[in-house]
Amino acid sequence: MNVLRDIFSQGAQMLLVLLLAPLLTGFVRKAKARLLRRRGPPLLQPYRDLVRLMRKDVVLADNASWLFRVIPYLMFAGTWVAASLVPTFGNGLLFSWTADLIAIIALLGSARFFQALAGMDVGTAFGGIGSSREVMIATLAEPAILMTVFAVAMIAGSTQLSTVAEFMGSDAVGLRVSLGMAFVALTIVALAENARIPVDNPATHLELTMVHEAMVLEYSGRHLALIDLSSQLKLLLYVSLIACVFVPWGTATADASAATLALGALLYIGKLTVFGFLLALFETSIAKMRVFRIPEFLGAALMLALLATLLRFVSGSL
Amino acid sequence: MGLLDHIPHQSTVPAHRPWPRAVVAEEGWRAAIDQLVAGRATLLGFWGEPAAVHMALLDAASAEIAVVTYECASGSFPSVAIDHPPALRLERTIHDLFGLMPLGGGDRRPWLDHDVWGQSGPLAGRSVARATVPYEFLPAEGEGLHQVAVGPVHAGIIEPGHFRFTANGEHVVRLEQWLGYTHKGIESLMQGASLEAAARLACRTSGDSAVAYAYAFALAVEAALGIEPPRRAIFLRALMAELERLANHFGDIGAICNDASFALMHAQTGVLRERCLRAADAAFGHRLMMDVIVPGGVARDMSSYGIPAMQALLAEIKKVFPRLIELYDNTTSLQDRTVTTGIVKTEYVRQFGAGGYVGRASGRDFDTRRAIPYAPYGALSFDVPVLDAGDVNARVWIRIREVEQSVALIAQILDRLAPGEIRTALPAGRGPCEGLALAEAFRGDVLVWLRLDGENRIERCHLRDASWFQWPLLETAIEGNIIADFPLCNKSFNCSYSGADL
Repeated sequence: MNVLRDIFSQGAQMLLVLLLAPLLTGFVRKAKARLLRRRGPPLLQPYRDLVRLMRKDVVLADNASWLFRVIPYLMFAGTWVAASLVPTFGNGLLFSWTADLIAIIALLGSARFFQALAGMDVGTAFGGIGSSREVMIATLAEPAILMTVFAVAMIAGSTQLSTVAEFMGSDAVGLRVSLGMAFVALTIVALAENARIPVDNPATHLELTMVHEAMVLEYSGRHLALIDLSSQLKLLLYVSLIACVFVPWGTATADASAATLALGALLYIGKLTVFGFLLALFETSIAKMRVFRIPEFLGAALMLALLATLLRFVSGSL
Repeated sequence: MGLLDHIPHQSTVPAHRPWPRAVVAEEGWRAAIDQLVAGRATLLGFWGEPAAVHMALLDAASAEIAVVTYECASGSFPSVAIDHPPALRLERTIHDLFGLMPLGGGDRRPWLDHDVWGQSGPLAGRSVARATVPYEFLPAEGEGLHQVAVGPVHAGIIEPGHFRFTANGEHVVRLEQWLGYTHKGIESLMQGASLEAAARLACRTSGDSAVAYAYAFALAVEAALGIEPPRRAIFLRALMAELERLANHFGDIGAICNDASFALMHAQTGVLRERCLRAADAAFGHRLMMDVIVPGGVARDMSSYGIPAMQALLAEIKKVFPRLIELYDNTTSLQDRTVTTGIVKTEYVRQFGAGGYVGRASGRDFDTRRAIPYAPYGALSFDVPVLDAGDVNARVWIRIREVEQSVALIAQILDRLAPGEIRTALPAGRGPCEGLALAEAFRGDVLVWLRLDGENRIERCHLRDASWFQWPLLETAIEGNIIADFPLCNKSFNCSYSGADL
């Protein structure tokens, strides 16, 4: 009985993130448009775009290798699995024993590795520029997020997300400086990883300033649909991660009743809305930074995360 | 008499107005080049005819203009560009269109001719042979250098142009532009056109400067025929020119911020630009005010909605724009992008005679409306903002200050606008005559030179956009910057492709 329930719960979670991811992107776009006094595309537009891309033929460069064709699937698989490991509305996931923060980071890291390879595969200048910038960002974002994970793990006593979430939801946490620092660090990394302003601009048409978009310029059809969906899943993943670690209230526990699960789901949607709106607000109020300022920005995240870890070492109560 | 005193010339052409045109031999041509090289004169324009080349010079000190003509008896002329680089693209264009050969070596690659016209030297009036060699970009050597080719088709909806970067990672070592993709053959269409058709063509040379082009063209025709438009028409023209400047500056300020991904400014200035265009539509029946200015005056009067539309527009700008300036000035992340990015050196601006915000942001105090005033600007009071920094930020600030000046100018014009005639009939049959005129578009000075055949038809007409002398400076501005900052520099120049491709 429990196994059945777990399978159902895990399956629901996998479907949920897949279905919700385009909506979150659509919501952020809509919120940004409203902030700019525009009407903006409908909330459901990302779904329509995905369907449209799925129906289109794939146009491949003559010199594209097999890797170029396989990578969208690899990226999608890695990101989807990672996204379904993060507790959204409930903790009691079948795979929660694998839902290790380091595993999630590794999954995202390999997705990015393949994407950078794909950017260089066809040999266009833009792909190369995009990959080189992406890797520059990654070399700083990945240590920063790992340090954040360590800071959180040392406080919660585990790198396993369900345990972390449960601990963070309990009264044992209290108010901690190190958690505040880890939160800021994780937010900065999330902005960089999701190619948002001020690091990258998801809406740009300027090929010379692109990072993420430059790497996927050569993709089309279902490949592009999968890559777009992966990006949307990644955004959802990071928002869920921040929500699950720093505002875990309302997340249903493993043995929760249907009503608690429903409440958890509702709260989860509420958290997504709030974070989505904050993201839109932040992106509207700031310009993109110079490429060579990005290391300083991410360096700040790394330092904050490092400080958080150190503080935890120095004083158990901070 | 300044300029022509230093240039030995054989004769001056009597029917060339309002400034003299002198026919020179090789000695005079060289003397003119020496004036340019020494910085005593600025190159205003350089254009060809089937058997002659003309250079328009501006005396930097006295704001006096002269045209020198060299007759190419043997189909060639001493190269100007070899000593004075600003002439290079114009010289290559003369070669492409007229088959006239510049002597003295230097860059002989075609410029507008991409070998797709099916003929060479289309305006030469004789058959010209063209060597079909693949276009080669200038080399740059060094360890770790690689090329990035951008365009002519871009990811955004902009005009086509090719940019070849040689870069070391992100750092740009050299940028070379290759334009000519929007060549429309305007000079060829102009030949033999009636004044009415020619005015329409001039209007369409660069759509965002429709008013400025029509203005300069009308001034040139009026100069050639020696007529004056009625007073009301003169003020209506300035009103349209300032309205066009407002709309374009609003668009540019927003677009520059948008290229730094600060979409908020773009959205706000987009609203103001739209208001300008709607006011133009209400007043003159066309959002871009095309074909309103014609030789002899204006084609149609301002509608009865015009005055209230302008007043509402001015009121809204005065209310909203100060807040936008504050937003620009107080957004640190935006300032971080624009300050010290894409610096254009003052020497280059002087040498190239770059007009508009490109010149004025780098310390070249030149605005046609004040330096060579045409009616009604002599009677209006306004400032010409000048800055020395030469970076993207300075070019934004010049635009901001010019918006304020244009608002004040429109208010002055509305005050002085009295009812009256709007068009003078053009006299016919006065014999062949030539006219030269400059008008200040939002980008800088537009030069129009034309020759009428006596039956009020165009025999030959040359339109020179301000961008001819700004595009090459963009190549210098990006040196030492990073590739990712190029869109920002490019947008702060906002040069015309169409105007420079003819």
